[in-house]
Amino acid sequence: MKNNQGMSIIVKTVTRVSVWLMVLYAWYIILHGHLTPGGGFGGGVIFAIAMLNVLLAYGSEFTEKWLKIRLLHDIEAASILLFLIVGILGISVLGGFLTNFILKGKLYELISAGTIPIFNILIGIKVAMSLFLAVLILAKTNIENGGEV
Amino acid sequence: MILPYFIIIPLLAAFIITLIGGKKDTWGIALSIAAIVIMMVLSIYSFVIGKTETVTYSMSNWDIPIGICLVQDALSLFVLIIINIIALTSLLFSIQYIRHLSPDWKYYALFMLLITGMNGVVLTGDIFNLFVFMEIALFSAFALVAYGGKAEEFEASFKYAIMGSVSSVLILVGIAITYATTSTLTMAKIATILPQTEPIVMLMIGALFMVGFGLKAAAMPFHAWLPDAHSSAPAPISAMLSGVLIKALGIYVLMRIFFNVFGAVQIFKEIFIVLGAISIIVGVILALGQWDMKRLLAYHSISQIGYILLGMGLGTYLGLLGAIFHLLNHAIFKSLLFYNAGSVEIALGTRNLKEMGNLTKVMPISSSTSLIASLSISGIPPFNGFFSKLIIIIAALEVNAPWVAFIAIIGSLLTLASFMKVQRYGFRGEKIVEKIEDKIGLNMKIAMITLAVLCVVTSALIIPGIREVILDPVVNVLLDSSKYIQMLVGS
Repeated sequence: MKNNQGMSIIVKTVTRVSVWLMVLYAWYIILHGHLTPGGGFGGGVIFAIAMLNVLLAYGSEFTEKWLKIRLLHDIEAASILLFLIVGILGISVLGGFLTNFILKGKLYELISAGTIPIFNILIGIKVAMSLFLAVLILAKTNIENGGEV
Repeated sequence: MILPYFIIIPLLAAFIITLIGGKKDTWGIALSIAAIVIMMVLSIYSFVIGKTETVTYSMSNWDIPIGICLVQDALSLFVLIIINIIALTSLLFSIQYIRHLSPDWKYYALFMLLITGMNGVVLTGDIFNLFVFMEIALFSAFALVAYGGKAEEFEASFKYAIMGSVSSVLILVGIAITYATTSTLTMAKIATILPQTEPIVMLMIGALFMVGFGLKAAAMPFHAWLPDAHSSAPAPISAMLSGVLIKALGIYVLMRIFFNVFGAVQIFKEIFIVLGAISIIVGVILALGQWDMKRLLAYHSISQIGYILLGMGLGTYLGLLGAIFHLLNHAIFKSLLFYNAGSVEIALGTRNLKEMGNLTKVMPISSSTSLIASLSISGIPPFNGFFSKLIIIIAALEVNAPWVAFIAIIGSLLTLASFMKVQRYGFRGEKIVEKIEDKIGLNMKIAMITLAVLCVVTSALIIPGIREVILDPVVNVLLDSSKYIQMLVGS
């Protein structure tokens, strides 16, 4: 078996199921960021771990084909840009950077708290992509080859 | 209100560059230079219209002791202007220099994050927010030091990362103790509560901050990371680190915390004097023995930071004036010297002074600007370094501390000796150099000439009419911290 072809068929089969559970849990944490402990960062880390699970089980070649790395990179940059744009909208609407300018809604409801869930989602995406891409770069780096990717 | 844009603009630039950068550096160069020019204009404009007042800005409209606030006064604007001027020349110098290392936009995105971090540190009024911005600046600095990708650069970056993290931990512990005793993170509020607590608390926090930010400023016992990091980094980044980063993260924060928040306690001022005196002498003696030009310059940064600390430690009007003035001057001539070293490195492929020779014919601009910068750093009139050192020496004599003045003079003489060595071997040596590997581009020349002109022009800040307009408001912020504290009442 080649070095970067991933693990055995048992691991691959289990991963096929568990990845989606992890993604679901990650989105649960991100979307409930304003109601329960956790939020964008925590959920984003879980999301990244789900993708890293695929990387470990299937190897980097398969993962790069399955997930379009260039697209992930663009999503990462776009999410933080959107974050800044929502922050700047705060200036234009209520006069303060990052001001919560949307109706706050009712306490303990999923759709409430104004801009906070939006920020949580954007941070979740940003953290997930950044962590995954960082580990992917490390995984692809070949130390014996003088650190070439 | 233009205050938050000093943080928003570089962040936007950084992330737009990563999004649309593609494979080339065109967008990186265009957007980063546009961002820096806008910020430079904004900072000079804010300084001109608002240098005597303290303006606050509360992030997301939270009231001031609760939320994060940004504070703008003469001191922060002054440092902001220095950051943006040096950053602009550094970017101009980078365009050709960085293409030798890699052809893409990553450098410019990291550079913009470095600027974000430094602007944030200078503007924030919240001590934990300061820590966060400091980490942003540091992490991009680690990456930029290792940008060339050679083994020694990784080693320097790793050493820097470890020393930086040690100091960050100390600062974080200091912030934790501050928060535990005062129940607030807003620096102006801390300044009102801290005098009422037991004196031992202030000593403890002060010790932690002194070591933590002393490491960032590379004062003498805490300097070990600087010579490696500053000499291995690409030349424009060396200029940013030596010219601005150690001042924004080290000196500026030390000034803000020990003068505005703690209220210029005598014992801390004495520690500043001792640290400064040791830095001046040991830094310059270590520099004398170096043959690697950038390493020599890096050791001189330690020595020159010593002068600023000395001026701060004296604590009088003249001492602080000298410190503030020297902060500006050192940023200008040290960045220029690093550009000179970088241009020689590009042209001859070496940093070793012994391998250089007579460069006056082949590199007229680099060698003549390096002469101006060398004279400035050695304190020869009429260049700017002379006046700031003179003010510090007069300030020392004024408070009856002749040994402090003596150390400053000895340090200046040794600096002159070591720069005579740079000129003698590096730029005006016997070895005749006829051919150079690579020509120095127009942008590099513009960057060097701009700073060389500034070396002479900033001397004018000593003229009373100009000094009262530009330097005095900055010194007043340090002498009288009531304005900084009153921002709580005012808003």
